[in-house]
Amino acid sequence: MSKIIVMTSGKGGVGKTTSAASFAAGLALRGHKTVVVDFDVGLRNLDLVMGCERRVVFDFINVINGDARLKQALIRDKRVENLWILPTSQTRDKNALTKPGVERVLGALRQEFDFIICDSPAGIEKGALMALYFSDEAVIVTNPEISSVRDSDRILGVLASRSRRAELEMEPVKEHLLLTRYDLNRVETGEMLTVDDVMEILAIPLLGVVPESQSVLRASNLGSPVILDSASQPGQAYADAVGRFLGDSLEHRFLTAERRGIFQRLLRRSA
Amino acid sequence: MPSKRYRRLLASRQFALREPDEKMTVASQGNAPAPGETQAFKLRGGSYTLLVLQLVDLKNPNFFQWLLDKIAQAPNFYRHAPVVLDLEGLAGSGPFNFAELGRRLRQHKLVPVGVQNGTEEQNQGAINAGMSVFPMWRAAQPLEEPAVAKPSAEPPAKPSAEPPAKPSANQSVKPSEPPVQADGGTTLVTKPIRSGRQVYAQQGDLVVLSTVSAGAELLADGHVHVYGALRGRALAGVSGDTSARIFCRSLQAELVSIAGHWLVREDMDDHLIGRTVQIYLKGDLLVIEPMS
Repeated sequence: MSKIIVMTSGKGGVGKTTSAASFAAGLALRGHKTVVVDFDVGLRNLDLVMGCERRVVFDFINVINGDARLKQALIRDKRVENLWILPTSQTRDKNALTKPGVERVLGALRQEFDFIICDSPAGIEKGALMALYFSDEAVIVTNPEISSVRDSDRILGVLASRSRRAELEMEPVKEHLLLTRYDLNRVETGEMLTVDDVMEILAIPLLGVVPESQSVLRASNLGSPVILDSASQPGQAYADAVGRFLGDSLEHRFLTAERRGIFQRLLRRSA
Repeated sequence: MPSKRYRRLLASRQFALREPDEKMTVASQGNAPAPGETQAFKLRGGSYTLLVLQLVDLKNPNFFQWLLDKIAQAPNFYRHAPVVLDLEGLAGSGPFNFAELGRRLRQHKLVPVGVQNGTEEQNQGAINAGMSVFPMWRAAQPLEEPAVAKPSAEPPAKPSAEPPAKPSANQSVKPSEPPVQADGGTTLVTKPIRSGRQVYAQQGDLVVLSTVSAGAELLADGHVHVYGALRGRALAGVSGDTSARIFCRSLQAELVSIAGHWLVREDMDDHLIGRTVQIYLKGDLLVIEPMS
């Protein structure tokens, strides 16, 4: 049974696209046929983060409008088997996402894929609503700061009231929290909320904590999901999160600063 | 020959209903809503493609039979279609009954909405019959024709319908434009085309003097010329013209396409990137050729 998972947050810039790319790649690496769909019509970035922007001919909106077949718009990832990307249009806007159109495309994807990851745009307007409407599960991407947490709270409310599952009074959308850009130093000095603070406010199961790291930006610039950089902490954190999503029981890592001597710090910095 | 009497004008000639620059005169007569009160209406402009029915010989006994035959070819297309009557062919035939003509046309499920190219007398007759007089924008009439041939071809409404007057230099250029160019001439863009924008030169060429950002899209029925860096998409001959070409000073495009044949960046030879090139179709093959 295939699952539609939305990556959403309310707030912008928290790492939805980065997380969607890594999460999709992680599921594919574990052998599940996975597609990641960009819902950010007009501000498309997923293809950049996935490194396939040079191969886009047709997009999600073309398929919705019947200008292209789904097979023509799907891009196969060159690094990871079982991973596909459905890019969106840069020249259109969110109004191009119609409920029947999105439903038809997602329905067709369900026939082919085990997991369909919907990369939501920021906000709680049409684009975000369309991305979450058909979802079975939701990964709420949150940064450890109050505005992000408040927006996540808001989007959880939207999920519980305006998703298809809510409207049809089905079993509610299953919620997961993914805490990203977790800066240990700033958490320790009290500048940022701790995992426990966030958990207390949002009260949903924690899928993973991804530490703030240069390697995320580096991966984006390379057009390669950070999960493929298995030497990096974020790469390992995403792999753990995917594992937990699939039912593995794993300890949370990277929650406390490791005590390091000056010598080790120097070593790490030069690495 | 009925086919000569009317033709469908595509985007070549559009009649624009323009919003007046100033508020309606009604506003000064005391009935206007006070500020803050809700409005009863909004007046907006819109532009539409209309059918033009060129009247050549109204006295021909077969006129309406031929019209019926024509309509029968595509009844859904013509049903209740608004039509503009072109009176140029009737210039010498004197006055006739507009109300009767309008009635007959409506019987055939055509809705006459106005006239063009009429004499002053004819225009008045049309107005009396409840039709409008359409200004002759840049209709495909040879301009060198002596003005006396149709002394009142220009309805009095014209000045108000024209865009605001520009410096004389511009005005002197306009009349000398060949009328053919009005049917989809060249579209010129001088400002940068940002990501997400789409520019379409319908029935003509597109010339861009500036940079085209990644995520922007250029479309033309004819050729596409880009003098800045081309980082977005460029599609020439989008209505099927296989002879259309793309010319660009610096090829960094995400995608290029001619008449539906495309090439994405990944499939372009690296040594062509950044070069000045022309792109054309050779059989089914898209050729990118450096221009030194």
